[in-house]
Formats: sequence, structure tokens, C-alpha cells
Amino acid sequence: MTTSTPAPVTAGDTSTAPRLVDLFEHGLAAPICLTWELTYACNLSCAHCLSSSGRRDPRELSTAQVKAVIDELEAMQVFYVNIGGGEPTVRADFWELLDYATAHHVGVKFSTNGVRITPEIARRLAANDYVDVQISLDGATAEVNDAVRGAGSYDIALRAMRNLADAGMRNFKLSVVCTRHNIPQMDEFKALADRYGAQLRLTRLRPSGRGADVWDELHPTAEQQRQLYDWLLAHGEQVLTGDSFFHLSAFGKALPGLNLCGAGRVVCLIDPVGDVYACPFAIHDDFLAGNVREDGGFARVWRESELFQELREPQTGGACASCAFYSTCKGGCMAAKFFTGLPLDGPDPECVQGYGEQLLARRPDGRDHLPRPSDDHSHRTGPARRPGPGPVDVVLTTRQDIAAPPVSACEENPLAGLKLP
Amino acid sequence: MTALDLDRAWDLHPQVSVRPEPFGALLYHFGTRKLTFLKDRRLLEVVRSLAGAPTARAACAAAGLREAELPRFAQAMAALAGSSMLVERNPVP
Repeated sequence: MTTSTPAPVTAGDTSTAPRLVDLFEHGLAAPICLTWELTYACNLSCAHCLSSSGRRDPRELSTAQVKAVIDELEAMQVFYVNIGGGEPTVRADFWELLDYATAHHVGVKFSTNGVRITPEIARRLAANDYVDVQISLDGATAEVNDAVRGAGSYDIALRAMRNLADAGMRNFKLSVVCTRHNIPQMDEFKALADRYGAQLRLTRLRPSGRGADVWDELHPTAEQQRQLYDWLLAHGEQVLTGDSFFHLSAFGKALPGLNLCGAGRVVCLIDPVGDVYACPFAIHDDFLAGNVREDGGFARVWRESELFQELREPQTGGACASCAFYSTCKGGCMAAKFFTGLPLDGPDPECVQGYGEQLLARRPDGRDHLPRPSDDHSHRTGPARRPGPGPVDVVLTTRQDIAAPPVSACEENPLAGLKLP
Repeated sequence: MTALDLDRAWDLHPQVSVRPEPFGALLYHFGTRKLTFLKDRRLLEVVRSLAGAPTARAACAAAGLREAELPRFAQAMAALAGSSMLVERNPVP
């Protein structure tokens, strides 16, 4: 939610003070950037979905459980959460949870494909200072976007942006995952964002979730990475990146941002069933730190989980240690390496020096050697093609008015159906 | 960068939240959605005591700062005022 590079303020001598990056490597008392996916349910079936979303998980946190976690985040002074999914707004209690969080001093930025952003909802969002909205769009034209996100998704997103702009919401985010097909559209994206008074946010395509299935075809070419880097440098802090392109810093000049892998140090993910992972792009048992429903809740997972302790240890750089650019790119993205089957202490698959590509070429054929995400909630069939009012609320609840199932006529127990006062 | 006027009364912006960290603190401004880091525990102490002090100078003294350190701290606070993290109390109209 930060709109610019955080500026460290020091009263000491800056030349001897440790770099902020070095302080962060040891982790913080609470995350700065917490992603919380509220549901795996989604009206779309994007080809590159990082969380393999589609169908709701029956173990999803209930309204009360979500509120309990918000209480915890308030106590830990987590300033804001990035809510995603799935499509978070298809949870029937979404607006209630949003109001609850902001009333408890936890700001919310949520990602949506726009399906529920009606004029009325847009007005409500514009009136809440503690809410920011991020509309996902992966093509500046319907053709490029819908090929990845599904038929009609471009129109849904543009309608949402128009509603937000009409409601007076300023500086909401237009969020784009950079792919081979949309890298040539960067100027068009910027113009689109400007037209609606939005701010452009670009992020990196990761081989996570279903993204692993399409990464080979969709990830930018080496030449496009250079193009993107130059474009980002030219636009500076006007364009947000969520720090996701720090591997490009090895081209030379560091991009704005922290330029380090924040997994378990400043970043983590809470998934819809309460599992806590080191980062939103690493939904795999290897990066599972615990669950918010366990004793001690989220705070204990963040502060004490063995995985997070390990991630906060100084990293040696492994095969990258001898590279002149290691200090700027820090070996790149952990999740990108993991899901492409590369060693975690080596180069990023998109290493701009080309070391990643060499390793990718040496992998065994086929995909059997690649790790699979722990959970797959993808739709088993294509999304409905019928026109209609949009997604249906998916809510499973427990009936409070009955304590036990009805008594069968064949029940032999003489006490069957007895209600004690 | 100009230094902050130490002889006026200052306070954290009402929309700013402060979270202490081992290295200093994190400041988050809910209005501007900006995050700032204080890389100094004593600066945190000064910033926190501004509200109860008649002037910024008094807050610095209460935190045990030496006279020679004041210019550096005044500059750090000016940076915070520049990003609206600090605001003047009862500013002169």
C-alpha cells in the first residue's frame, strides 16, 4: 500500500549505520506486507492463477475466525493487509470483514477482478480512507487480457474501474502481471490507469499455482526483461511494483524498493484455511509455517516457526556468491526457483545474466521432477458460460437451532431423542 | 534540508501509527499510505514524547540528548514533518 519507496529516517551517521536491507534480513516483530487470501472460490479461472483458485475450500475460516485473526493483527500493529483470493468479494461476509478490519485499525487493500464493484459498492469504498482497491487486468486490450483471464474479464475490470472513478475513488490500483504478450503494452496500461485516475502496478509472473503450467509460454523473454527494466527506470516511483522485479536490478541500477526476498522476514501469506506460508507465491508444504488456528495463533507462527527462523538466517548466496551482481539481486525469487525445479541457493530462472537459463536447459525432460502446489482448488470444469447475475454467494454455515441430527425411526436406544433441560 | 523549529510544539499526525522494532521503529501514515523507518531508538523516544512536551527541544532534553546532537535530530524530524508524519501543534495562523 506504500506509494513510494520507504525512506529510512536516521539521526545517526548514515555512513556507518547498517543498511535497512540488512536489518530486515533478521525479520520484524510483525510483517509489513501481509497477504491474506480469504477464499479459494473465484468466478474466473485465470490460466496463471498463483493460488490455483476456483472452488471454495470447505475448511475456509468462518466470519468469527477471520475477525479473531484481525484482532490479533491489530494487537501486533500490522498496519494493513493485502487481501486476495480467489475472488475475495464473492465471500458473502466480505464487506462486513472489510468494515471490521478498518474499524480495528487494520487498513485493507484488496485485489479483485471487479465482478462485485457496482456503483453502490464503489461509493462505499471511496468513502473509506482505510481501503484501497486493486483491479487485476493482464492485457491493455480485451484480446490479450481475455486469453489469460477468460472471456468477458476485460469488460468486468473496465466497468469496475469506471465505477470507482465515478464514485470519486482516487489512486486505486490497476494491477498487471507482466507476460510475454503484454510487455509491449506498458504505455497503453499507463494511459488506461491515468484515464481512470488510477495508479499502475506491475508485478512479476511467477511459476506458482497454475502459473507453473503456463510459465514457459508466458514469462517475458530476455529481451523483454531488458525492455521492462528500462521502462520501470524511466517511470520511477510513479509505477508500483510491490518490489517484485528486484532480480532485474542486476542489469545495473537498483529499482526503487527494498530489493530483497522478504519471505518470512517482512512478507507472509495467510491462506483461506488459515495456513501461513512464507510468501504468497509459495503455497507448498515446504514453505508452510503453521496455521492461525493453532495455539498462539498467527503471532506465534510469525515469531516462532522454525521455517521463518531459518529464512531469517543470513543467506550465503550459494552458486551466486561469486557473481558481481549478488549484492543487488540477492539471487532473486525463492518461489520462482522452487517451482521451476532450480536449487534455492542458485540463480533465479530469469537471472538477467543468463545463469538461470543455463540451469533450466539442463533440467530433465518432462514435468515429473517439478514440485506441485500442495492444494489445487481449480474448477474441474470450465466456468459457466451462461449469462446471469454473476457469481452466487458460497456460504456454508452450521445450523444453530438444532443440536443433533433427527432421530431415525429405526433407532433402538430408549434414550434416543431425549432432550435434557 | 532545513531543520525543524525546535522551539515549537510538535506531534505525530493523528493518522500515523508507530510500531517499535529492534532497530528503531516503523511509522505508517494511513492518510498518505506511506511507510517510514526510524533507524534509531532514541529518535523513537523523542517522537513519542513530542505530544507531552511543550516544545520539540524539551522532548529532546527529556530523551537525554546532548546539545551537540540536536541539529541531527532536528533534521531527522524535519524529514518526518516533510512527509506529514509530524505536524505542528497549534500552528501559528
